[in-house]
Amino acid sequence: MKSDYIATIGLEVHVQLKTKSKMFCGCAIEYGAEPNTHVCPTCLGLPGALPVMNLEALRMTALTGLIFQCDVAPICKFDRKNYYYPDMPKNYQISQYDLPICQNGEVPLHDLAYPKDAQKSIKNADKRVRLIRIHLEEDVAKNFHFETTSGIDFNRAGTPLMEIVSQPDIESPEEAFAYLTSLKQALIYADVSDADMEKGQLRCDCNVSVRPSHQTEYGVKIELKNLNSISGVRRALAFEIDRQISALERGEKLSQETRRWDDDRGETFLMRTKESAHDYRYFPDPDLLPVKTEVFMPAVRARLPELPWFKRERFVREYGISSYDAGVLTDDLELSRYFEAAAKGAKRPKAVANYVLNDLLSALAAAGKSVEECPIEPQHLAELTGLIEDGKINSKQGKEVFAEMFASGEAPEEIVEAKGLKQESDIDAIKLLCQQTIEANPKSVEDYRAGKGAAINFLKGQVMKASKGKANPNLVGETLEKLLSGV
Amino acid sequence: MALSSLTVHEALDLLRRKEISPKEIVEALVKRIQEIDGAVHGYLSFDPERALKDAEHADVSLPLGGIPIAIKDVVSVQGHPCGCASKILQGYIAPFDATVIKKLRAAGAIPFGRTNMDEFAMGSSTENSAFGPSRNPWDADRTPGGSSGGSAAVVAADEALAALGSDTGGSIRQPAALCGCVGVKPTYGRVSRYGLVAFASSLDQIGPLTKNVRDAALIMNVISGADPCDSTTLDEPVPDYTADLDKGVKNLTLGLPKEYFIKGLDPQVEEAVRAAVAWYEKLGAKIVDISLPHTEYALSTYYIIAPAEASANLARFDGVRYGFRADGITGLSDHYGKTREEGFGQEVKRRIILGTYALSSGYYDAFYLRAQKVRTLIRRDFDDAFATVDAILCPTSPTPAFKLGERTGDPLQMYLADIFTLAANMAGICGISIPCGFAEVDGKKLPVGLQILGKALNEATMFRVANAYEQSTDWHRAKPLFGAESERLKGEK
Ligand SMILES: [Zn+2]
Repeated sequence: MKSDYIATIGLEVHVQLKTKSKMFCGCAIEYGAEPNTHVCPTCLGLPGALPVMNLEALRMTALTGLIFQCDVAPICKFDRKNYYYPDMPKNYQISQYDLPICQNGEVPLHDLAYPKDAQKSIKNADKRVRLIRIHLEEDVAKNFHFETTSGIDFNRAGTPLMEIVSQPDIESPEEAFAYLTSLKQALIYADVSDADMEKGQLRCDCNVSVRPSHQTEYGVKIELKNLNSISGVRRALAFEIDRQISALERGEKLSQETRRWDDDRGETFLMRTKESAHDYRYFPDPDLLPVKTEVFMPAVRARLPELPWFKRERFVREYGISSYDAGVLTDDLELSRYFEAAAKGAKRPKAVANYVLNDLLSALAAAGKSVEECPIEPQHLAELTGLIEDGKINSKQGKEVFAEMFASGEAPEEIVEAKGLKQESDIDAIKLLCQQTIEANPKSVEDYRAGKGAAINFLKGQVMKASKGKANPNLVGETLEKLLSGV
Repeated sequence: MALSSLTVHEALDLLRRKEISPKEIVEALVKRIQEIDGAVHGYLSFDPERALKDAEHADVSLPLGGIPIAIKDVVSVQGHPCGCASKILQGYIAPFDATVIKKLRAAGAIPFGRTNMDEFAMGSSTENSAFGPSRNPWDADRTPGGSSGGSAAVVAADEALAALGSDTGGSIRQPAALCGCVGVKPTYGRVSRYGLVAFASSLDQIGPLTKNVRDAALIMNVISGADPCDSTTLDEPVPDYTADLDKGVKNLTLGLPKEYFIKGLDPQVEEAVRAAVAWYEKLGAKIVDISLPHTEYALSTYYIIAPAEASANLARFDGVRYGFRADGITGLSDHYGKTREEGFGQEVKRRIILGTYALSSGYYDAFYLRAQKVRTLIRRDFDDAFATVDAILCPTSPTPAFKLGERTGDPLQMYLADIFTLAANMAGICGISIPCGFAEVDGKKLPVGLQILGKALNEATMFRVANAYEQSTDWHRAKPLFGAESERLKGEK
């Protein structure tokens, strides 16, 4: 982005809640089910069917509000938003107009939420993006277009959808990336959504405008649609900001419009120019009575999770690991749980953290497995670091044991036993090996005594080789030194 | 006496004494319908075979065991058409039972036939039915009222023992009055709306139309109660509405609202209602004059709120998933436009446009919001009144049955037919219309209805007051000379 322009970005994020049943009927929510198998008179909009509120959807929305420190309304009501489209069975959507469940609040952007390549150049550390509102509405059906016909799958119709609207506080594609990452993380921590953008569980529309830095009023707002991943949002915004700046530089006037992001081509395309503002004719839904939130707020407060950014601080404090490591560990809820389960029983949690962040993550990545599918019990990982710590095996052996643990899921002690890997710490045995090695390598001994300190490393390597790697390397080093200096 | 002319209680007695079978009742009704429904046109469809099959399994020991009940074409009965007398629901078969139907079935009743109505319950004469109007059994040139005109006509003409209707602004009580039967609009939330095709959700209630008060109370026992499928139902226990029926009106205070005795009230209707009031005094009730000061705003308020809700409720009828779909469609908006243009009748379209307008940005505050505020005032009027009276007496309809075609060109004139009934819907209270005499017009006897309004959830007192009158008079026993009427119509053809 050119430095003499300012970009202003606001995001509207739709999140599919993880309730068992739909928002106004008892139909199950199942991603990828056969079309029209989770439907009933209510979610098909049949004549005479009525909606009944799923309170869990309200609780999850209120919980999300608490996470982002929103004001939760004492009473929430639902309104009908009127418009005609085949994916909307009633031709009105039950939504919230003037009394959303949550208002205000903010989403903190932490350093690791930024794209990796941008983490070194964060412009505004500890930035917080303010929220305007969070409200609840029902999702629509899915239209499918075939060669000559269209079909509608109503399985998704009536799924609870939470809309999170930010203030236009975001100033760069990287901040948008960080905002979505932080948001997603918190939603997963609170267990209100799986927030998988590819599955449509988290959908995002962007409003973006640019203006010369000397100008105070906002530029012309352009809406971006069809954003299917967080990195796609970043790419789309970067493209769009450049496009808008170039247009302004050419002296063109931008007009309010909606553009579609094509991720394959890496460009945005005009979808529609601003039509006359749609009048949704909102009015309170007479089928649903207003709900007092105080009825369920104590239960919601009890569900408030430890948030990623607090967990990160705690990990630094309790386990003595670096803030960066704690950040990576808490980035993923499952990983943070895994680490904590292992670290709790470990002598040196830092060693556990290293194993998790290096060996475990790369092994999982290579195997294409998620943390939940990890074949190694957290307790076993703690034991492994313990064996190394106690000098029972050396770190090289540790890697070998780790690989076996990952492959078989067995406990480290068993593997060490079975493979006969136990490190040789018997001082007499080591002394004997060292003496034999010294005798067999007079040249190196001479070098060492002549002041070539490095020569001892060769001898050490020979001892280790002779012990088939089992000798405790520290003991070998000490013993060689003693013998060579004739003490 | 033909079995079709029995009341529900009479039929239950005979069934339980095994003197007749449910099958015989159904057969008698089928015969009766075949004889005269060509003239009355109270039914849109009926399925004798299914009713006979249900009759075979009926358990007569249940509260409504073996009793066929006619259902207004706006209440869903699984496997039956539910067309709201509209072309737009052409071919639609309801795949589920409304809660009231479930309750009726559980009580042993047999849902029987689909009765005619004004399209989507919008109207006061059944002339807005896409399938032609029903006729008043007392004078086939006149309307049975509406919108539940078919239900009222079939009960009055002994084509049904009882029927269900729906009442949004008087749609049960007004036709009951015009046909000389009993019609009840329950307290809002007393009866589940699940399965009732919505017209105006905050006003609609399902209720019975019967030949006497006791039958109505019995059906209310069965269909009332909280429903987990309808969050606007009230979680209050349902008393036995037949328990207090015979307690009389001694020591009860009945209010006479001055706003209901106004210019435009037919003199013969006024006479009959005043005579009924005098009769109550004789029966020991204390009659007091009361005022419901916001009555004059009820009509205009109603015609903002009801169409506004209807404009959204009727949006789902778009030909995408069910019902009528127009031919020769060129695109999506053409599909919506043509389907709805051709599928809906004039009055429905008028109200959708009215409601859309009232909710439009820039008009919402002046119309919808304001109407809601006035609605609160109307409700308060009744709260104040019921602080001093046990029930309110007034006419149900300002006139007896009017001629078919007389008001179809003048919607406002038609809307006035509900002027005395719609305030009860706005306030959410209960009301009943019972026969209280006749007006004589052009040599024909036309029934007059007395309306008794009760406090919200106080149906028991309303029924008690209604029954006291009915038990000491004979109006409800009068039968129209339907035979002569049907003969006359045949001659005209
Ligand atoms: Zn459903």
